[in-house]
Amino acid sequence: MTSFGRFVAAARARGALVVQPRMGFSGPARMRAGLLATKHAADAVAGTLTIDSYTRVGDEPAVVRALNADVPLNGYPITSYSPHTSHWVLDGIPGPAFPVQVRHGSARPQRIVAALARLGLTATEGGPVSYCLPYGRTPLVDSVRNWQEACEQLAALRAEGAEPHLESFGGCMLGQLCPPGLLVAISALEGVFFHRAGLRSVSLSYTQQTSPEQDRQAVRALRRLAAELLPDTDWHVVVYTYMGVYPRSPHGARALLERSAELAVRAGADRLIVKTSAEAHRIPTVAENVAALRVAARAAARAAATAPGSPADALDTADNPVYAEARALVDAVLDLDADPGSALLKAFERGYLDVPFCLHPDNAGRTRSHIDGAGRLTWSDIGALPIGRVAGQRGARLTAAGLHDALTYVQRRYDRTPGPRSAPGPQRAAAVERTHDLLEA
Amino acid sequence: MTQPAELAPRDPSGPLDVVVTGLSSDAHTWNLVFMQLLLEDLGHHVVNLGPCISQDEIVESCCKYQPDLLVVSSVNGHGFHDAEHLVRALRARWELAGLPAVVGGKLGVRGAEGQDGHRRRLLAAGFDAVFHDEQGLGPFEAFVTALATDRTPPAPAGPREGAAR
Repeated sequence: MTSFGRFVAAARARGALVVQPRMGFSGPARMRAGLLATKHAADAVAGTLTIDSYTRVGDEPAVVRALNADVPLNGYPITSYSPHTSHWVLDGIPGPAFPVQVRHGSARPQRIVAALARLGLTATEGGPVSYCLPYGRTPLVDSVRNWQEACEQLAALRAEGAEPHLESFGGCMLGQLCPPGLLVAISALEGVFFHRAGLRSVSLSYTQQTSPEQDRQAVRALRRLAAELLPDTDWHVVVYTYMGVYPRSPHGARALLERSAELAVRAGADRLIVKTSAEAHRIPTVAENVAALRVAARAAARAAATAPGSPADALDTADNPVYAEARALVDAVLDLDADPGSALLKAFERGYLDVPFCLHPDNAGRTRSHIDGAGRLTWSDIGALPIGRVAGQRGARLTAAGLHDALTYVQRRYDRTPGPRSAPGPQRAAAVERTHDLLEA
Repeated sequence: MTQPAELAPRDPSGPLDVVVTGLSSDAHTWNLVFMQLLLEDLGHHVVNLGPCISQDEIVESCCKYQPDLLVVSSVNGHGFHDAEHLVRALRARWELAGLPAVVGGKLGVRGAEGQDGHRRRLLAAGFDAVFHDEQGLGPFEAFVTALATDRTPPAPAGPREGAAR
């Protein structure tokens, strides 16, 4: 049995950042070709089987209709193909040097977890909050119960000698405009939820945001919280390359990817989920995924070579503002109930956790955020979040035009980097005209 | 003597109560947040139903909130069919037969091609206006402003009729 956590630890020991794509195709041959191509793309690569969105919401009849009509899906329908087909896709591919993780986005993951376990896979991604709130309207109470069951299904694999691994998606939450303190807190709380449900190998996530300095503080805060909250557990931090409105230019997309690899290395994360230069336009091809893995691995190796000393192991600074905010949130939430699942439910009911701009019915929706003058993602309204004493200066409420500017902040900065004639500002009127186009991310 | 707030005549150009919603097959959120902020910037009150919401839930929410305007926004390219079904269901309810309802975004997968056909069918099915993303926000803002200005003020005294509308 392969162990995802052991693979990541081995890469860390030899100084390599694990790079991993987001990749899923409905055609079995294409899916197999994609896994094979990414396997040898760089020194340390983890494979990905991303599941399609019909399977994510449990609409298997729609999967069958699409497959029968030769309509391509946006991922691999793991619960609809026969195990025979999926074994053929994976045959000879997963191993100690190339673990394959299943990424899906479901608030009802039990069938997906059963299917991956049947195939001998032991690593997946999710979380009761992070796979529920951003994706539709499954009540949080149902998602908590579903994820409790899914964690128990996974943890049961330990009895068979495997070390199942679960990654929290809590570091993403709508992809952009969620201040890092809340991202770090949700990821850490999901880690505690996984641990309580019996898992002993987990990863906590953080998505690259608008300020490199704040991003480093967030990754260090996450590592510190994991060390404090997850005893007797194999854990690591995974960074996601920017998940918001992506640069349209090849140079901008590449630079953003390279900065995320540097963030991972300098702040002590052990794995990076990459994005491709095609991201702003369409679903990337296998070749584009391979190219992105290579760019990220090279940037990580350069950063590791030039890093003075070993900053990854440097202890977090005492005055890390992201840690202070995240720790206040985690403490307040865990104080609500001895059971982490019930604590999460109570926290959302009371607005102790409240994701800005998230429209899920179980999210209080009283918080707002913005990007401050220094490029940091900060609060304009903390609602009922228990961080009154640690949150910094609050900014003004966003207008619609301000929201548009904030959503495209990273895209605009990276698209204009190399041009000496960069002239920000005047394009805004034209940009707002194309609002829907840009808001599709 | 000051009148209790609830008996005061509503300013005819005053805030509208608006329901903003996505459609059942569309998981996009930021377009809905953007529409909410735009309407709030114009001074109106918004209830945002969010993405992936079923047709029945949208209809029931309109019965419950009795808004002055329904704004449907969809950007995944499948919105045309869902929106057409939705507005027929809306107009089939007597309480909602007169509710101003508009739809906008990217409604078809073929971009500009097919837009006029979509617009005609959605208007025939019961929408009061259809906005395609290439038009920008001007026509939508003009529609909202006109609606806010045209509203008939309720009777100046006595129980507010608007509430029972």
